[in-house]
Amino acid sequence: MRQGDLVSATSLSRADVETVLDHAAAIAADPESWRERHAGTLLALCFFEPSTRTRMSFDAAMKRLGGDTVDMGHVESSSVEKGESLADTVRVIEGYADALVLRHPSEGAARMAAEYVDIPLINAGDGAGQHPSQTLLDLYTMREATGLDEVTVGILGDLKYGRTVHSLAEALTEFDARMHFVSPRSLRLPRSVRYDIEDAGGEVREHEDLNPVLSDLDVLYVTRIQRERFPDESEYREVAGKYRIDDETLAAARDDLTVMHPLPRVDEIDSAVDTTDHARYFRQAHNGVPVRMALLDLLL
Amino acid sequence: MTSDDPQLRVSKIRNGTVIDHVTAGQALNVLAILGIDGTGGEEVSVGMNVPSSRIDGKDVVKVEGRELSQAEVDVLSLIAPEATINIIRDYEVIRKTRVQRPNAVVGVIECPNHNCITNAEEPVESEFDVLDEGIRCRYCDTILREKLAAQIRA
Repeated sequence: MRQGDLVSATSLSRADVETVLDHAAAIAADPESWRERHAGTLLALCFFEPSTRTRMSFDAAMKRLGGDTVDMGHVESSSVEKGESLADTVRVIEGYADALVLRHPSEGAARMAAEYVDIPLINAGDGAGQHPSQTLLDLYTMREATGLDEVTVGILGDLKYGRTVHSLAEALTEFDARMHFVSPRSLRLPRSVRYDIEDAGGEVREHEDLNPVLSDLDVLYVTRIQRERFPDESEYREVAGKYRIDDETLAAARDDLTVMHPLPRVDEIDSAVDTTDHARYFRQAHNGVPVRMALLDLLL
Repeated sequence: MTSDDPQLRVSKIRNGTVIDHVTAGQALNVLAILGIDGTGGEEVSVGMNVPSSRIDGKDVVKVEGRELSQAEVDVLSLIAPEATINIIRDYEVIRKTRVQRPNAVVGVIECPNHNCITNAEEPVESEFDVLDEGIRCRYCDTILREKLAAQIRA
């Protein structure tokens, strides 16, 4: 983690991750004692793409630390519509807040923006690039369920455009985790993520069918096919609905399999799974608050 | 220098640069990197698939009246890692250097990812880290291994 910013999961060492997760656990165990920790602190929320969980959990996290947020609002009602550059936008907002959370449709946007501001900047998703704060809450949830070492994780769905996948896979190379990547051929991991996994000594095990590896998994991380990132609707339709996790699928899984999903889901996990012991995705979403409280407390 | 020296198979130059030991087949890409397409009136000689004792066939490019910048040499090194740069003044080689792969290439290569922030209307220069094989965009992480010359900014 570069001093003051969180732009990419590749910058997170094992020690960084453990520091954030331990801190989040301490906050979750005694949230009341953190209520005034950052009184008077303002966090800017700049979302150039839609968001529910990430925007609201950062908002909640800052307020539960005693601070407040200023929200850029919808792009349509901001100066971006007048043609203002991202570089100008963040330099202006820097004067209004003590830290900045940025989501933007272009890959690399957060890295560029971080070069233009001195306040801490957190990448809340840059196109099909990275989403490192989601990774921290994913790892927190995984650690609660299975631990992060000697664990076998299946990552399923849109591995090409899924930014949560890219960040998670790279962060897991810091742990003793065995990863299986299940996707249609056209949605395999991008070259850069494969490079980082192999460069870290990991192995990229790829499959088109979940069944051969399902019974080996401790964790199944399901992702949505990122329809909005496909250059062509027909390409999306070819792969949409390819994977669907339901009771029948899970019959072949271990009883203690943990099913996670960064949400929102469309139809890739049947709602009947929600009430099984496998389902962790709503808890995972709720964990966004203590983990982001910990992250803000460490960066501010 | 003997009469059958490959460098003499194309005419000598008075002042300028001889780029020797270019990987065979890359001469036209070298010209692309230098922004030479014949319309600028530069005097250029090209030898392709010339026998070489050091590498398996080579291309040679001679450019009259121009000495290469470091940025141009950096990008050259990515497609012609064995190349030597000879600076010529008054028909004499006054400096001869092997290209060295730089750690990064700034501002000269366009990221092939159209959705990269460096391709948006933003005040940011493209920047690539040089890997053992290929280069990697410092902003969007795209790794480029093929068709490097096609990504050189015009």
